[in-house]
Amino acid sequence: MRKYTKEHEWIDVAGDEATIGITSFAQNALGDVVYVELPAAGKQLNAKQEAAVVESVKAASDVYAPVAGTVTATNEKLSADPSLVNRAAEGEGWFFKLKLANLSDLDGLMDEDSYKAHVGELG
Amino acid sequence: MSDIDTPEGLKRTPLTARHHSLGAKMAAFAGYDMPIQYENGIMAEHLHTRSKAGLFDVSHMGQAYLMGHGADEALEALVPGDIKGLAIGQMRYTLLLNKDGGVIDDLMVLKLAPDLLFLVVNAGRKDVDYALLRRSLPRDITLEVLQERALVALQGPSAVKVLGAIHPQAAKLRFMTGYKSEDGMIITRSGYTGEDGFEISLPVDEDMALITQITQHADVQWIGLGARDSLRLEAGLCLYGHELDETISPIEADLKWVIPKARRESLNFPGGARIGRELKEGTSRIRVGIKPQGRAPAREQTVIQHQGRAVGVITSGGYGPSVAGPVAIGYIEPALAAAGTVVELLIRNQPHPAEIVKLPFVPHTYIK
Repeated sequence: MRKYTKEHEWIDVAGDEATIGITSFAQNALGDVVYVELPAAGKQLNAKQEAAVVESVKAASDVYAPVAGTVTATNEKLSADPSLVNRAAEGEGWFFKLKLANLSDLDGLMDEDSYKAHVGELG
Repeated sequence: MSDIDTPEGLKRTPLTARHHSLGAKMAAFAGYDMPIQYENGIMAEHLHTRSKAGLFDVSHMGQAYLMGHGADEALEALVPGDIKGLAIGQMRYTLLLNKDGGVIDDLMVLKLAPDLLFLVVNAGRKDVDYALLRRSLPRDITLEVLQERALVALQGPSAVKVLGAIHPQAAKLRFMTGYKSEDGMIITRSGYTGEDGFEISLPVDEDMALITQITQHADVQWIGLGARDSLRLEAGLCLYGHELDETISPIEADLKWVIPKARRESLNFPGGARIGRELKEGTSRIRVGIKPQGRAPAREQTVIQHQGRAVGVITSGGYGPSVAGPVAIGYIEPALAAAGTVVELLIRNQPHPAEIVKLPFVPHTYIK
């Protein structure tokens, strides 16, 4: 099940573990990604807390935790090849994994149709 | 996007409609609706400029004539550079200084004829500069602001081939020289990317055929302000509002070279007292290049530390596509300004090691 935030993160949930990245729309808006700073494994994050930083040639942007949880893994491939975010934002270019603190946090997130409508409004 | 997409309150250049039709990402810059990047993106545009040629719309910058007998002498009184000594066709980078030696603006001055100078000033400083010039110049010297001209920069190793095919005389220019062509173009061999290239001031008419001719060449792509900034940063060049402002002196900005030897002694320009003192006693800060050792870019306002103590600040920082890593320019205590000094950059409260380096990051390829 994939859900989205207004801030253009996506979250895939399997059981109580979630994988998080930024959307294709977000990577396109950012342009060439040159650096990604990821949270340390074991770090506890609150929902909407700054979790990672993604930097393009021009600027740095925060990536937020869509839901509360503990970081279980980060995508080390992004350290060596940040442009993976541009090439595969919603797949291989994932940022980090979380063990969810509250499954109910997911209720407030958008499904694909809602997110598409949200992006359409920004269009 | 269409012509009507310029947000209210923003000015347009004579080329804004072209940028919109090319699908550029536009943003407000110094009150103008300007292209930040085109479809290929900043990285590709930057690298294209260094390998072939990029065309930049810089029509937001101010263009003006300074006219009248003794125009050179009158301008020389306001800047630390040698203006009287300019030969016809010679161009100079110089600074308008306030009475305290701070930089009001950096500008280009081209001598077109004995009593005619052509000025190019920063977009964001036009009003301040023109007011200063009008207030300070003798009555018989006229400032004529050129509203009806576009300004483009053609930069990169292919620039000479592209422009030379249209204006053969341009290919014979040396760096920092220029002329006015019979068809009213003011062409100089100059730019702000560190590459060989030209800036071309052209009268605005409906088709601006020269622009079309240039862009038809296979080596030429439009380049936005995003890559313009990363190119000038790698070239180690100052950007007003970042490396230069009204508190910073040319000595602090490591621009001593803009002050010829005779004027370092006469000090007969605004702020001369401070410049004289700084030449003798040094300054408390100096502009340097900074190379972060990791991959994290250090942005403007990042604090520079040395052994846990704040010793400076970054004024421009980002990713250098030709360097293939982060690059920055900033101000630091002169005792720590030697190339090779290792410092720490406080990025999101974490110290990141960096090294002071000699500018530029990418060698200039000017045809001198």
